[in-house]
Amino acid sequence: MDDNLELIEKEMLDDISSFLEHVEPERSSLIPVLQKIQAKYSYLSSDAIKLIGKRLDLTSSEVYGVATFYNQFRFNPPGKHRIKVCMGTACHVKGGDIILENFERKLNIKTGETTRDREFSIDKVACIGCCALAPAVVVDEKIHGYVAPSKVEGIMLGFEIEKEMNERKERSSTENSDGEIIERQ
Amino acid sequence: MSGNNEDIKNAFSEIKKNAEKNFNESRNSDIPAIYIGMATCGRAAGAEEAERAILETLDERNVKADVIHVGCIGHCYAEPVVIVDNPGFPPIFYYNVTAGKSKLIVKAFLERGDPLYEHLLGAMEENELIPSVMGFPRFGMEKRIVMEKCGHIDPEDINEYIKKGGYASLAFALSKTQADIIDEIRISGLRGRGGAGFPAWKKMEAVYGSDSKEKYIICNADEGDPGAYMDRTIIESNPHQLLEGMMVAAFAAGASKGIIYVRHEYPLAVKIIKKAIDDSNRMKLLGENILNSGFSFHIDIFEGSGAFVCGEETALIESVEGKRGMPRTRPPYPVERGLKNKPTVINNVKTLSTIPAIVNKGGKWFSGIGTKSSPGTAIFSIVGNVVHAGLVEIPMGVTIRTLIYDICGGIPGGKAFKALQIGGPSGGCLPESALDTPIDFDSLTEAGAMMGSGGMVVMDEDSCMVDVAKYFLEFTKNESCGKCTFCRIGTGHLLTILERITNGEGREGDVELLERLAGDIKRGSLCGLGKTAPNPVLTTIRYFRHEYEAHIHSKRCPSLKCRPLTAFYIDLGKCARGCDACVGSCPVDCIFTTKGRKKGIDQEVCVKCGECVTACPEEYNAVIKVSPPHLVPHIEKLEESK
Repeated sequence: MDDNLELIEKEMLDDISSFLEHVEPERSSLIPVLQKIQAKYSYLSSDAIKLIGKRLDLTSSEVYGVATFYNQFRFNPPGKHRIKVCMGTACHVKGGDIILENFERKLNIKTGETTRDREFSIDKVACIGCCALAPAVVVDEKIHGYVAPSKVEGIMLGFEIEKEMNERKERSSTENSDGEIIERQ
Repeated sequence: MSGNNEDIKNAFSEIKKNAEKNFNESRNSDIPAIYIGMATCGRAAGAEEAERAILETLDERNVKADVIHVGCIGHCYAEPVVIVDNPGFPPIFYYNVTAGKSKLIVKAFLERGDPLYEHLLGAMEENELIPSVMGFPRFGMEKRIVMEKCGHIDPEDINEYIKKGGYASLAFALSKTQADIIDEIRISGLRGRGGAGFPAWKKMEAVYGSDSKEKYIICNADEGDPGAYMDRTIIESNPHQLLEGMMVAAFAAGASKGIIYVRHEYPLAVKIIKKAIDDSNRMKLLGENILNSGFSFHIDIFEGSGAFVCGEETALIESVEGKRGMPRTRPPYPVERGLKNKPTVINNVKTLSTIPAIVNKGGKWFSGIGTKSSPGTAIFSIVGNVVHAGLVEIPMGVTIRTLIYDICGGIPGGKAFKALQIGGPSGGCLPESALDTPIDFDSLTEAGAMMGSGGMVVMDEDSCMVDVAKYFLEFTKNESCGKCTFCRIGTGHLLTILERITNGEGREGDVELLERLAGDIKRGSLCGLGKTAPNPVLTTIRYFRHEYEAHIHSKRCPSLKCRPLTAFYIDLGKCARGCDACVGSCPVDCIFTTKGRKKGIDQEVCVKCGECVTACPEEYNAVIKVSPPHLVPHIEKLEESK
């Protein structure tokens, strides 16, 4: 298991290094570079930050300084299924915090965390602009509107059923999720 | 710099001819056309399912029709929206089109010619057969300039935009001088739609007048206000109008490079604007020597990484330069030293999208709309407890009461109006007594709120104003960039005090402390974020002081909203013997059976989510919410129940 993770990590860093070679070594490239790496790997590892700093002639702390300033970037790997609960005004008025609490209770993790099996992670997000459908939740890029505690149960049940069906179908194959989630849009 | 006016005219008419030809070839006017609103909110409401059902049914029944994606028409309460243009009928607007309704539209309307009166909202034009939507105040009382084409055209089809009059203002502008265009915008009286209301022409003139060789124009689409989404809708529904406005503004200011700064949280908007830029480049409406006029202009996209403060123009520039988005001291203003220290015009999406109409119809025409000091229209995203939520474009000067009650249908469920939150975290909450305030830049500021980017959240009697103030402070505290001490630490303190009030731990003198701290933050902050961050607190104290006092003195939340101060119980007089409706709905299994096979709530376990209230059948209505929590009567838990 650990060997496997190390291997994945190494592949990722090799890929990032070769990507960085094509980047203009100037400061204004920094945010687009962070965005591209995060878009591909969903998070910025500390080694990745070092590589970026080297290429753009910045210290790691300078890169962190920028990356942590913005809400978009995360520094630990997210779950396979990402649950983002909207915390916009309209969602708040209609009880977005209750929805968030329900996910936290259901998955037994707090906001910003990932479940032990790396299946789910929960994040708060700023307004996603679907205020007329409040409260809204984004699960794997699909937006759910008018969410209620019972709908939370429904969403989670959907995953359980999907998982069970996949297991039943092909015990060996794992084709379903990995790449697909991030690339969908 | 202008080239030969004849050349420009000829170049544009050549492009227009081609666009019309390509557009006509892509559509077949003999068969019905089905337009589906496919902007982000439409998709969230189920437009994709509706489309799938339509395509399947068309295929299954062997009916021929064009299915066309359009943007958002702004009527979010009606999503998913489908407009069907069936030859022989006027175009018809269908609302809340589920998969089932989609099938029905194909089977009944397209096959048998029955327009399904029970499912339509109205016809999109006057006719003898079906009442027009214009009789419906939500349509008829609006005045659309910026959003005129939103929801009516395919945002990804440049040919359609050009055929319907697009890019004409660019061709016209290029045949005039820069001074002519700036003058036209000055006559129009257009004020920046980003919130502050700075006259648009002044920025252009300042940059035009500078002798720097490099000049920039930036479109600010970093729409960070929670509750505002009109910029996204405009980009997703009519991106070319924005590009056209930006090109005219760039020409007037003498800028050769433009950047559109759009939030990464809007993936569809990013995709659509990128395609629009590619298409314009391909049609040679962007790039070198546009329409043989000698004017060259390029546009790039910059995706914002999610920081509210980057909506502030100097913070936005810092961010584009690859730094933390911290505001700079002004002056120098961006028109003197902006991006890379070069003169830069920064305008909001709505401001730029208004420019084509002004150039086409004249500044005088525009200045005749709205009020004298704030001409034109305002776009609001009006959401929350309101019947016809969505995007509304109205002439400035309409009162808040007209907007909420006449245009948007009032408050649902017969509840009473309590407050209107306007302008997002920088704005304020206006009470019922302010409903007759006309909507324009100056009147709103006077009332203690501000236009902001145009987010409006309507709150009914169930909303707690202390909770709302706390919500906004939480937001600004997190988004404070940290440069100024008063904003960084002060907002945190405001939040701590508000948290203790809503938790039932408020102390005497807390309201006065909030007021003093708020004043200090306003005075001690550099940028708009800090200067306006205390507004939600100040306006709620100004208009709803009694709510703060109820929280502090009697530990009671009058609106039954603050969860630590409320509790649920089941009224045994109303609860039905043997009914189990609430039990399954409870996410924490805290409902037990008590004497007489009736139900009780375990107060220790209850998380106060309110699901049991929804689950309890209307005829019983037995779940009661109270504040403070000690009002809950004791209900005995029977031994054998779980």
